[in-house]
Amino acid sequence: MPLDQSFVGRSWPATEPYLVGREKIREFARAIGATDAAYHDPEAAQALGYADVVAPPTFPVAITMSASRQIIEDPDLGLDYSRVVHGDQRFAYSRPVVAGDALVCVNSVDEITSRGGHDFLTTRTEVTTADGEPVVTVWSKLVQRGEH
Amino acid sequence: MSDVLEPQTFRVTRADLVRYAGASGDFNPIHWSDRVATGVGLPGVIAHGMFTMALVGRAVTAWAGAPDAVVEYSVRFSRPVPVPDTDEGTEVVVTATVKGTTDEGHTKLSLTATCQGEKVLSLAQATIRKR
Repeated sequence: MPLDQSFVGRSWPATEPYLVGREKIREFARAIGATDAAYHDPEAAQALGYADVVAPPTFPVAITMSASRQIIEDPDLGLDYSRVVHGDQRFAYSRPVVAGDALVCVNSVDEITSRGGHDFLTTRTEVTTADGEPVVTVWSKLVQRGEH
Repeated sequence: MSDVLEPQTFRVTRADLVRYAGASGDFNPIHWSDRVATGVGLPGVIAHGMFTMALVGRAVTAWAGAPDAVVEYSVRFSRPVPVPDTDEGTEVVVTATVKGTTDEGHTKLSLTATCQGEKVLSLAQATIRKR
């Protein structure tokens, strides 16, 4: 069944603030083998002008993947997650995520298309501080493979 | 910065995928269970696409010389990265070419990532700020 086109252009209410922990950033950086001092040492990050350790560039997915369940788990959309693979991923940063940030996500559906029996869903997540300061915009394109 | 940057190689083992699953919260079993992975038609356990993107991101920040230099970063996942259950695992090789300067004075990089000689990303690019 094709995805519900009426989802295109829809936005969802902002998620509850996600409090970014210093140890979570360190854990993520260790998991990807990133050893830059600013990911681990608050003093090194302060020397770069940040209040606390900064997160590696792809860290925001740890927040947005969970936030985007608002969209992909909506039964009206018609997405069968067992047939979903990750197609594209894009980040546009205003600044790095910093430990101590309280981040909220506003999810939207930018595009739904079909080609060659596959369905493509592009979501956009605007990640800001709870006060509204822009941090990063995250786009994900999910591919729902055809059933044949 | 020269036009073609020094390639960077990253080893990927099953243990890396387990650690990444925990750190990222992505517990999809195709990234840790051969049974589930082969059941959906994959050759076996594959790396999280976002783990590959994170490794390429490490290469980008290393080339930029600053952990906070990335302004924009995008990839398309064109092939999976199978990770065998061996001590050696597999390797991802990342290359970059400088594609020019944006109106804001940022540097544009065109990126490639290969595993066992096959390109695993397409349309991969990053824009980095010089400090």
